[in-house]
Amino acid sequence: MPGADKEADLTERIEAFLADLKRGGCGTGPIRGSGETARETTALLRKVTAQARWSSAGDLMEIIRKEGRRMTAAQPSETTVGNMVLRVLKIIREEYARSRGSSEETDQQESLHKLLTSGGLSDENFRQHYVHLKANVIEAINELLTELEGTTDNIAMQALEHIHSNEVIMTVGRSRTVEAFLKDAARKRKFHVIVAECAPFCQGHEMATNLSKASIETTVIADAAIFAVMSRVNKVIIGTQTVLANGGLRAVNGTHTVALAARHHSTPLIVCAPMFKLSPQFPNEEDTFHKFVSPHEVLPFTEGEILSKVNVHCPVFDYVPPELITLFISNIGGNAPSYIYRLMSELYHPEDHDL
Amino acid sequence: MADCGEPDGPGNKDDITRSKNEGKELTKEEKQRLRKQKKHQKKQKERKNEKGPSETEKDKTPVSLLPPPQPVATQKAPSALPAPASAPIPVPASAPFHSSPAPSPADKPAKSKAELKAERRARQETDRAAKQPGSSSSGIKTKVPLSELNPVVKRLPEHVQVDDPAVVKRLAKKLERQQIPLRSDYGYKVSLFSHLHQYSRKAPLTQLLSIPSTVIHPSIVRLGLQYSQGIVAGSNARSVALLHAFKQVIRDYTTPPNEELSRDLVNKLKPYISFLNQCRPLSASMGNAIKYIKKEISNIPSQCKEEEAKTKLLTCIDRYIEEKIVLAAKAISKYAIEKISDGDVILVYGYSSLVNNILCEAFEKSRKFRVIVVDSRPRLEGREALRRLVQRGISCTYVLISALSYILPEVSKVFLGAHALLANGYVMSRVGTSQIALVARTYNVPVLVCCETYKFCERVQTDSFVSNELDDPDDLMVTRKGKTQLENWQDVSSLGLLNLVYDVTPPDFVDLVITDLGMIPCTSVPVVLRVKNLDQ
Repeated sequence: MPGADKEADLTERIEAFLADLKRGGCGTGPIRGSGETARETTALLRKVTAQARWSSAGDLMEIIRKEGRRMTAAQPSETTVGNMVLRVLKIIREEYARSRGSSEETDQQESLHKLLTSGGLSDENFRQHYVHLKANVIEAINELLTELEGTTDNIAMQALEHIHSNEVIMTVGRSRTVEAFLKDAARKRKFHVIVAECAPFCQGHEMATNLSKASIETTVIADAAIFAVMSRVNKVIIGTQTVLANGGLRAVNGTHTVALAARHHSTPLIVCAPMFKLSPQFPNEEDTFHKFVSPHEVLPFTEGEILSKVNVHCPVFDYVPPELITLFISNIGGNAPSYIYRLMSELYHPEDHDL
Repeated sequence: MADCGEPDGPGNKDDITRSKNEGKELTKEEKQRLRKQKKHQKKQKERKNEKGPSETEKDKTPVSLLPPPQPVATQKAPSALPAPASAPIPVPASAPFHSSPAPSPADKPAKSKAELKAERRARQETDRAAKQPGSSSSGIKTKVPLSELNPVVKRLPEHVQVDDPAVVKRLAKKLERQQIPLRSDYGYKVSLFSHLHQYSRKAPLTQLLSIPSTVIHPSIVRLGLQYSQGIVAGSNARSVALLHAFKQVIRDYTTPPNEELSRDLVNKLKPYISFLNQCRPLSASMGNAIKYIKKEISNIPSQCKEEEAKTKLLTCIDRYIEEKIVLAAKAISKYAIEKISDGDVILVYGYSSLVNNILCEAFEKSRKFRVIVVDSRPRLEGREALRRLVQRGISCTYVLISALSYILPEVSKVFLGAHALLANGYVMSRVGTSQIALVARTYNVPVLVCCETYKFCERVQTDSFVSNELDDPDDLMVTRKGKTQLENWQDVSSLGLLNLVYDVTPPDFVDLVITDLGMIPCTSVPVVLRVKNLDQ
């Protein structure tokens, strides 16, 4: 039966994706970058929309929520997966509202007035069936995919507005977005980049080789020299893994030190992050925020005799509070950290925040 | 005569000694007349250049406190020429500049110089009177050590002037004279640090040339190699190794005939110090130790017999090590243990012998605490500290410096070691220390620096660029999963690796400095220096 085949195929793909996610989180950085993960997630969700059996928007949302929960459980630190699920849910709501004919604006924000007056509206049960809903939703998801594919270029296009010549720019570890950003600026301007290698994974080395291949003057420094060198740096441009709802960052470890050193020397800290990294999570307890990998990276097993008597920690992420950040550059332009919460309300519906 | 040490100014010296032995006063007088002519020529030239350049000339050749009776003698040459035995040595061309009664342009510095000269002359006369049957001094000193009386600019050390070709040439000439091989820089240097040397560990100094033992004592060669390969590392370890090597040198030293131990030995040490400098730039503690030794040597009275003088010097060195390093460590531990309370979580960085000492002693006095050791690439010295602490049974945690923000909320105190304390209150220490102090301050964790007083240094510095050390850049390479990303970094022209060794921590990050004199704030360093200078 073709239907069953397609379903089996779909589940197979989802399983493969989940396995990839689980494996990819072994600390050396995901096997694929966040952009790719976002695109794969969206493609998968599109397939689910196309092939799963559903009759009303509510059913579809239930299915997507279920799959979303499974995907986020596979790799909680990979927040782009959850973000894409939320985007798709928001798309479904919008399309449903449009099909129903009501304007989109009313469903957008939660305001005190709305809570008081329109208690009934939020009981929308999405049960009505619309013929063209499926097509609309898939079309909207396609638009989302196009947007995702263009994010890095959009960010890189803004590079010349922020980098002047003869600057010294510092960056940490490896970020594909920042790499594209700097390479784009290097076409017209001459500047110097200092890359902190970011032990123990030393992804900064790869970043430095890529940048130097584009004929950018690059220097690799050890993490310990960040403060020593910061006095000569004009700007700090970093990437991040996630942008949190309060405007803070969850970035690779060592970023907090860079941010503090930049604040001490009054150097602006610019974060290049596409919008799909914006997550509705807040930085709450330490247990859920941090991710640890094998301490073998820090103290190898060759040091066997002391290894058993010592605690070794190898956290992957750092929290950077929003007051240390000067600017966010994303595919929709530049923003201050205090504006992030508004952007979030445009992208995700408040009811979906807890999958 | 041949083993009188390095062949400084060979011509003059040989003439003098020959003439001395043969009793030809005439040739000596002729020589002195020639020298006086040269003096006059120089003075005329200097008068032409007027005030500004004259100042710089003074700066380039500061006078030493060590008694050079030469200037006095040349002045009094016509009158005081007794037996050839006590004939003074010709002065270097620069010295007459100081010794002349200075009717130079009548500006203020010259006047005060005249006063200083008068003082010096008086002191030299008394010295000369004391050393009647003395001998001619040893070789010509072309590079005299710093003077305390010259309050103006101190001479900038050569190892921070690598981008100045004149300085490099001068250094090369000096090393050639002393028969020490010159070490060449390696690899692409980051433009911000073009004024510093950058050597490769794979090319030690002695690989290409052999150094004859008449030039440099073999224990010094061994020491230099140990420094350059990183076998002996750490401020205290290097100083102690240096002092032990000097003890060996003194034991093997014999005064050449017609030479005075106090002057000859100091000159013997000069090429050794140049060699060690080539292997690895001297640390502040080593500089202070060398200053002390030189002072002790030159204070040896001339009538002292050689054996007696040598034993005296050896005991001096032992006492220095005992007082300034061993006992100081005990005193610092005593103070520091007061600051450690039960239940503390103490953070240390890298390997500092002093901080390790403190922690071990505190553990023996049954304080309950645990230690977090923070380490950094590429040196990874923290592993050594970790091993020693774990051996004692202290419970430890180990992280890399990038995980600092994660681990700091647990920490109650930070103990840091120092390489040197600068006169403006900045702490010079292993690279990464300033970062730790910065983040600790953000989390409101007290930072305590432990440092012996012999590491206090009169230099001032505000950033980590002007005076630092560049280590082998190849150390930054790492092989992960069989792939070395930076393997061919030399081939890529726009890629540079920077391996800094030291950095300076501003005093507002440091809460307390624990020294053997007590617990002082960072800004009291110049007070301690002044007190020490008055004592000595």
